[in-house]
Amino acid sequence: MSERIGVYVCHCGSNIAGIVDVQQLAEWAERLPNVVVSRDYKFMCSGPGQTLIEEDIKELGLTRVVVAACSPHLHEATFRGACQRAGLNPYLFEMASIREQVSWVTTDKALATQKAKALVNAAVRRVVLHQPLEPIIVEINPNTLVVGGGVAGIQAALEIADSGSHVYLVEREPSIGGHMAQFDKTFPTLDCAACILTPKMTAVSQHPNITLLTWSEVENVSGYVGDFNVTIRKKARKVNEELCTGCLICQEKCPKKVVDTVFEAGLGTRKAIYVPFPQAEPKFPVMDIENCIYFQKGTCRACEKFCPTHAIDFEQQDTILEVKVGNIVLATGYELFDPRRIPEYGYGRLKDVYTSLEFERMNSSSGPTEGRIVCRDGRTPQSVAIVHCVGSRDQNYNPYCSSICCMQSLKFAHLVKERTNAEVYNFYIDIRTAAKTYEEFYNRVLEEGVYFVRGKVGEITDVARTPEEEGKLIVQVYDTLAGVQRRIPVDMVVLAAAIEPRRDAKSVGQLFGIACGADGWLVERHPKIDPVATMTEGIFIAGCAQGPKDIPTAINHGASAAARVISRIQQKQLALEPIRATINEEKCSGCRICNDLCPFNAISFIEERGISTINKALCQGCGTCVAACPAGAISGTGFSDEQILAQLEGLLALEIRGTAVEA
Amino acid sequence: MTENFEPMVVGFVCNWCSFRAADMAGTARMKYPANIRLIRTMCSGRVDPTFILKAFASGADGVIVMGCHLGDCHYVEQNYKTMRRINLLRRTLAQLGIEPERLKLVWASAAEGGLLVEHFTKFVEEVRALGPLGLPVWAGSEVPATGELKEETA
Repeated sequence: MSERIGVYVCHCGSNIAGIVDVQQLAEWAERLPNVVVSRDYKFMCSGPGQTLIEEDIKELGLTRVVVAACSPHLHEATFRGACQRAGLNPYLFEMASIREQVSWVTTDKALATQKAKALVNAAVRRVVLHQPLEPIIVEINPNTLVVGGGVAGIQAALEIADSGSHVYLVEREPSIGGHMAQFDKTFPTLDCAACILTPKMTAVSQHPNITLLTWSEVENVSGYVGDFNVTIRKKARKVNEELCTGCLICQEKCPKKVVDTVFEAGLGTRKAIYVPFPQAEPKFPVMDIENCIYFQKGTCRACEKFCPTHAIDFEQQDTILEVKVGNIVLATGYELFDPRRIPEYGYGRLKDVYTSLEFERMNSSSGPTEGRIVCRDGRTPQSVAIVHCVGSRDQNYNPYCSSICCMQSLKFAHLVKERTNAEVYNFYIDIRTAAKTYEEFYNRVLEEGVYFVRGKVGEITDVARTPEEEGKLIVQVYDTLAGVQRRIPVDMVVLAAAIEPRRDAKSVGQLFGIACGADGWLVERHPKIDPVATMTEGIFIAGCAQGPKDIPTAINHGASAAARVISRIQQKQLALEPIRATINEEKCSGCRICNDLCPFNAISFIEERGISTINKALCQGCGTCVAACPAGAISGTGFSDEQILAQLEGLLALEIRGTAVEA
Repeated sequence: MTENFEPMVVGFVCNWCSFRAADMAGTARMKYPANIRLIRTMCSGRVDPTFILKAFASGADGVIVMGCHLGDCHYVEQNYKTMRRINLLRRTLAQLGIEPERLKLVWASAAEGGLLVEHFTKFVEEVRALGPLGLPVWAGSEVPATGELKEETA
């Protein structure tokens, strides 16, 4: 039986029509076998464009549809919808990408038109072999996993929990709060970070719909959207959370002081049993057994002696939790660029060169200096240099803009002026203050008498050339506005370090089955129109894990990830692409070659029948087993051998320069 | 070697990384030779070696297979299997008298449109240098409407 195919060529305004002769293409396509109608139209994806297809299906009795337009990743769903509305199974449709693969990447019009013909020819031959398919329906488990308890993860967790669904919030540090908890003031309002964050943290730990798992890490994820199985390791706190009241007498009595490289960024100390900061949530301390005197030397147990509720438990072991969730939000945050990688800036060698995070801690009233801006020797600085773009917008380190450092540096400049009245020099490449009220804050700092030197700092040194430079840190910079080299002696230097992907972002990506981009950030489904979903159904990303963000943007991002999850939960079920592999039992010889190829363990061997079988719920449709089966017993729905070979022949039937290949 | 030889190159691209890299190359209006024609599969692991042999038999002068970077495969580790297959197939090609250089395997992430364009452009030139494969086109490959297509000679 011959099929009745309709071919629709989209102009996409001038995006396609400007390069491809769309009229000629459509006329040509009408003469292809099985094609009964071929049309071109300005915008196929528009309402009238879709109606055109729908009416043809009904009136001309089309049994297959080919649209030559943009990438299927953009509008495949749109046109499948049109087919479905007209009563045609949506999988009896094929798209030829003549925009992304032809008109946008080709300059020669004749070559472009010829290539477009080849793609249409391939689609026409392929679509004949398409089979009607039904989407696979999965139930959505309303529970959600949020990984990362920074401000983005907190926001996502609260939104979802408030909507009535249960959230497991997993954080690997002892407390939620993330980087925001380390900050003193937030730009541009100069709100105290703790004052605006801690209410949210408390809301999380008191929320009846949130299971807060701090000092915990996700170890394994299996399953698929709607039905993920997650294994979480809850590391031993050595504190019984049922008994602990959070009085922190243990922390007070612990004799061991340790430099806190995490929360205090190395500027301050903590005890071996500790909460990272006073407002920590949950309030329970954790024991750092690497530094605990009892674990290292076998005696002490001071914390145990003084604990009024006998909550200290030296025998406590890690526990493994298995939870089932329908969706996952990854809000794993960022790491600060280590300025040691730029040795000429002297960080780690010159004692009064600080990172932005260290300077945040120095400014915090609960930090190591109780909010006083002081040099290591206790002096109040007379002059402070703030260096922008340290490790950002630099081809040697990170090509991207970290987006927050300009405003953070302006905030620092303001705080230094306010607290010390020192001279402040900002060394910048460009000032970027592109958000509501940010430019106004910049103007305010300008009026406060802060100096701005445009130029990338070449070196920071303590080698004096003149008597005035003695005992100072000298910032060497080429001032690109004045066109002169400058050497500016200061007492303190703050490096506005770049924000970078987490060192383990790649393994996090692998664990959850999503990808990292070239810069190392987790990759969103679409950078513009879908910045929270990922290529893996049911996995969403929020906050700086996706790319540099300031606090309001991270909160927006967390909330939008939550909105997506909530809408999924409301839908209760989800239709998945029915692209799966199936084994023809008649043909299967039981060789078991396919068994070890599947990373999802979807293929198993039935001993008694001597054949292999595929679990449809576990199969992800990659087709690797299809390609491997020596008996040709496995077929891949939507990508069968016949379909791909027909497409291949269709592609090769037209020569590059417009003559057909001889049969 | 024919003058004005235009190599025909078939590209197999995976749905998740390299097809999206091709989309990105388009969105960024990067240019590459029109000699490349792409076929999408869900994973590079779906690319059956017979597809590649069939491509050569049906008139392709070169075949480029593209997948996600090792470790970034959407299907965890299937691109390793692709790598094994392609390496084996290269040996087979040599035995069949087809230069193994006509088959290329490269990785490109969804963000690497530029890299993909570089690979495409370079590979077309490599195949051009190798010259036409010149296999007799497989008799089983019917080309319907050949007459029609021929009229379209530009």
